Amino acid sequence: MIESELSRSVVAWCPGATGVTGAAKLSGGASQETWRFDIVHPSGNMGAILRRAPASYSAAPERAAGLDAEARLMQLAYEAGVPSPRVLHVLTPDEGLGTGFIMQRVEGETIARKILRDDEFANARPILARQIGGVLAGIHGLPLQNLPALRRMTATRELKEFERDYRSLGWPKPVFELALRWLRERDPGPSAEVTLVHGDFRNGNLIIGPDGVRAVLDWELAHVGDPMEDLGWVCVNSWRFGEIDKPVGGFGSREELFAGYEAAGRRVDPARVQFWEVMGTLRWGLMCCGMMQRFRASPDHSLERAMIGRRASETEIDLLRLLAPRGT
Amino acid sequence: MQDEPTPVELTKAVADFLRNDIAPQITGHHAFKLRVAINVLDVVTRQLTLEEGSDAAELARLTRLLGNEGSLMELNRALAEGIAAGKLDLQTPGLAAHLWQTTMDKLAVDQPNYASYKRELARDKGA
Repeated sequence: MIESELSRSVVAWCPGATGVTGAAKLSGGASQETWRFDIVHPSGNMGAILRRAPASYSAAPERAAGLDAEARLMQLAYEAGVPSPRVLHVLTPDEGLGTGFIMQRVEGETIARKILRDDEFANARPILARQIGGVLAGIHGLPLQNLPALRRMTATRELKEFERDYRSLGWPKPVFELALRWLRERDPGPSAEVTLVHGDFRNGNLIIGPDGVRAVLDWELAHVGDPMEDLGWVCVNSWRFGEIDKPVGGFGSREELFAGYEAAGRRVDPARVQFWEVMGTLRWGLMCCGMMQRFRASPDHSLERAMIGRRASETEIDLLRLLAPRGT
Repeated sequence: MQDEPTPVELTKAVADFLRNDIAPQITGHHAFKLRVAINVLDVVTRQLTLEEGSDAAELARLTRLLGNEGSLMELNRALAEGIAAGKLDLQTPGLAAHLWQTTMDKLAVDQPNYASYKRELARDKGA
């Protein structure tokens, strides 16, 4: 049982802790698991989260930054005042828990549809687009020399990967072809400024409370590149969850996002943001197709993956709305 | 020729059974998985209902657009290659309208509740 390993770990690095309780798996795939538990402490229990790759799993997928890098990035973000859980401990091999880290549990909501509809968040919603701009500025301002080793990405490299992923399907998708062509013709080249890019900053990967953004999660796809990529990705229609007239996660306008970003002392390049929004829409479409491939290849026949595969067409209509809008 | 009931009648009956009789008795993670399974059956039902008509119309558009005959797969491959090579683009008469119609027909099967689709459908109906 994982609680005994966790207890041994916690007692060793958390002064006064006597063990753990209430361990429950929140999510898990073949490569990564997330657990919640409480650290038992005489001065009051502390909520904690374990993120780990089981010991049996070694090969990191090519795009992932790795759990050690994730822990380091979250800690850097926390220290720089970016809303982030505090990292409490990085796992060591002798603990028998695999690789990963333990962080403080931040209370709040991550389910996008609840954040967009529940009364509890009514006061947060109008301020979120601007607040997100400030949070992204904080992430992009983290000094490069402190970062762990990360992939260096450019639009050109990313487009080559998209093309390879698309060709691997062996299934014609004329709208994806149109988007690939559109993007190749408008590739803005390497950005003048290169910063840390979160890589998956969107509604769904943020812990939101009634007061706004409380934590940025899922640094798995972090890399170094064009900061405008994060601003484009957060606007992709798939992350508006039905609130399609509010580009920033269904919360608010691009103008609010940009104002929040610039108020924190950074500059926005709206043309690059738009380019990255198209990139992001295609990227999610290809990720949906990847789910279809995994559904077909793996023996467990996950219906969820199969159904995500059928969501690629959502990105096709969104690409058409961006590239070939009808009337007005 | 196969006998009745038709595949659509069968998938619909199974989906309705799961939705009305089984789902209320299931909780937790299995309830979520059951909802996904019902969604799968709904997709299959919509595809069986709509595919024949939309495929025929798509084939007719592709034949006109490309000026040659072939199967739906062959013509879609030719279209994709033409776009990739820059021989066909949004200035090509009929291309944008074809991509829009084909995509709308996919959404009608995959995700008829998707907000972008509903917005565009309302535009079609309003026009």
